[in-house]
Amino acid sequence: MSSLSINEIIKPENLVYSKTSLMLDRPLSYCPGCGHGTAHRLIMEVVEEMGIQADTLGVAPVGCSVLAYEFLDIDMQQAAHGRAPAIATALKRLMPEKFVFTYQGDGDLAAIGTAETIHACNRAENFTIIFINNGIYGMTGGQMAPTTLPGMRSSTSPYGRDTVIMGNPLKITELVAQLPGTYFVTRQAVHTPVNVRKTKKAIMKAFESQKLQRGISFVEIVSNCNSGWKMTPLKANKWMEENMFPFYPLGDIKVDGQLIVKS
Amino acid sequence: MKELKLMKGNEAIAEAAIRAGADAYFGYPITPQSEVLEYLMSEKPYEKTGMVVLQAESEVAAINMCYGGAAAGRKVMTSSSSPGISLKMEGISYMAGAELPCLILNVNRGGPGLGTIQPSQADYFQATKGGGHGDYRMLVLAPSSVQEMADFASLGFELAFKYRNPVMVLADGIIGQMMEKVWLEEQKTRLTHDEIVKQCPWATTGRTPDRKRIAVTSLELDSGKQELHNHKLQAKYKQMEEEEIRYEEIQCEDADYLFVAFGSSARICQKAVDIARQKGIKVGLLRPITLFPFPSKQIARLAPHLKGILVVEMNAGQMIEDVKLSVCGKIKVEHYGRMGGIIPVPDEIVENLKTKIIGG
Repeated sequence: MSSLSINEIIKPENLVYSKTSLMLDRPLSYCPGCGHGTAHRLIMEVVEEMGIQADTLGVAPVGCSVLAYEFLDIDMQQAAHGRAPAIATALKRLMPEKFVFTYQGDGDLAAIGTAETIHACNRAENFTIIFINNGIYGMTGGQMAPTTLPGMRSSTSPYGRDTVIMGNPLKITELVAQLPGTYFVTRQAVHTPVNVRKTKKAIMKAFESQKLQRGISFVEIVSNCNSGWKMTPLKANKWMEENMFPFYPLGDIKVDGQLIVKS
Repeated sequence: MKELKLMKGNEAIAEAAIRAGADAYFGYPITPQSEVLEYLMSEKPYEKTGMVVLQAESEVAAINMCYGGAAAGRKVMTSSSSPGISLKMEGISYMAGAELPCLILNVNRGGPGLGTIQPSQADYFQATKGGGHGDYRMLVLAPSSVQEMADFASLGFELAFKYRNPVMVLADGIIGQMMEKVWLEEQKTRLTHDEIVKQCPWATTGRTPDRKRIAVTSLELDSGKQELHNHKLQAKYKQMEEEEIRYEEIQCEDADYLFVAFGSSARICQKAVDIARQKGIKVGLLRPITLFPFPSKQIARLAPHLKGILVVEMNAGQMIEDVKLSVCGKIKVEHYGRMGGIIPVPDEIVENLKTKIIGG
């Protein structure tokens, strides 16, 4: 049996997957193993499949994804720390026909930007919030986040998060789901192929729901931060499954404006 | 057709903004400027011109909503009073860095801190010297009448877009609250999305196949590039100094002495000029209309003919620093100010001219 040459393998009919053209050809600034790159790609795949590149406006936060606009081939604005929902509010109100999304980390969305998050959700603004929750401040070097788990170590909780002194982690996704202005609220992950597929479906649903003008669509993605957690990517994923998922369980929380009742 | 109305300053600038074709106003209530938001909400311009009006959850959110709208090439406005303006400073710095046009009204009240709700001019430094972080400037317009409150809405938008920079209208509680007759401009049509796409090629209007993506940001981590960006900003501020200085001279032709005052203080000084002249003291008034850029050259030109300058402000002495720099120590410059929300009366100004300048 003769072996195939590389030219015989690389043929259009053999193509099973290709990078969306809406991800620009430049190296991502994220650590190897980080979930941000996958989350970026999924959003761009959704934008490409919906054919809405010219009608999509994104808002980047302060945090690891501050440079998101360097990688995504759509018009974007970079927000002050925590203020992305305020910016998106103006964009969507001034251009209701556009698809608008914010891309925010846990510190941005659930600490410094809590007021903007809650009020945009409560006003039933018609944009999508993509919330990357890795329980830590990645860009500044692994400090405690509003979503850092009890007992979890960070550079500002070096002996573990003592909830008596440092307060409790904030389940902001469950919180915004309680507000009448949220229409679709879900929590997903991107560390396995199954989860990637589910997350893409959720992002698609979130963008589609903007057409209904019924309020915020909110997609939390529980992600790893192997650098901040000081673990190998594989170990970080395992740790995430064993520790993050029990506290931040995956699945839909609110669909079509109705809270999902778990029996 | 122009229209004559009797209005409060706060209402006049709100109405003028609608007529100037503003796309959005985002604000948060604070005394003494809440009438801006109240007026807009009662007028419902969203039903007439399509202008968005929204009460934000905070001044911080309001200025960032302005950032979002401005970065999409829209004519946006916010207003507040001193403590609220402090909260907006982060957003203003970001807008200056990202080169975004915005009209910001500060109806100045007494401070520091929560201070008082009475009129003040103590935010002069904050408005003209920075306020937020980083090397940036705002164009600052100082109205001294309800008419100018109205006029500075369209002028403010025009300058904001000419320079792609925030423009501040620095008023005070008197100008915001008092009623005067005001001529209002005709309603201008708001620009369409397609017109904005053409006129603002820098705006995030949607990445169409005919152009590259646009990213509006104030971030540049490469120090070399960040310095170049700063040079570009500084060149813009220099251009403002060359092209945008506005001021008014009242009875300066034969003056031995000069009042320099802006906003409400200038209105009061106008009366003080009349009183002093009745007593045989030849005094004039120079009223800076733009506080940045400051009319330094104009003051320097008058200085050789003067025996002294009294700077009158409702603060502890802020603009006086710019006046002193203008005359380079060649003539005497003194300050008379009231603080804490107290408004000086013309007689005490004349008295201070006598004691601090003429007799001093």
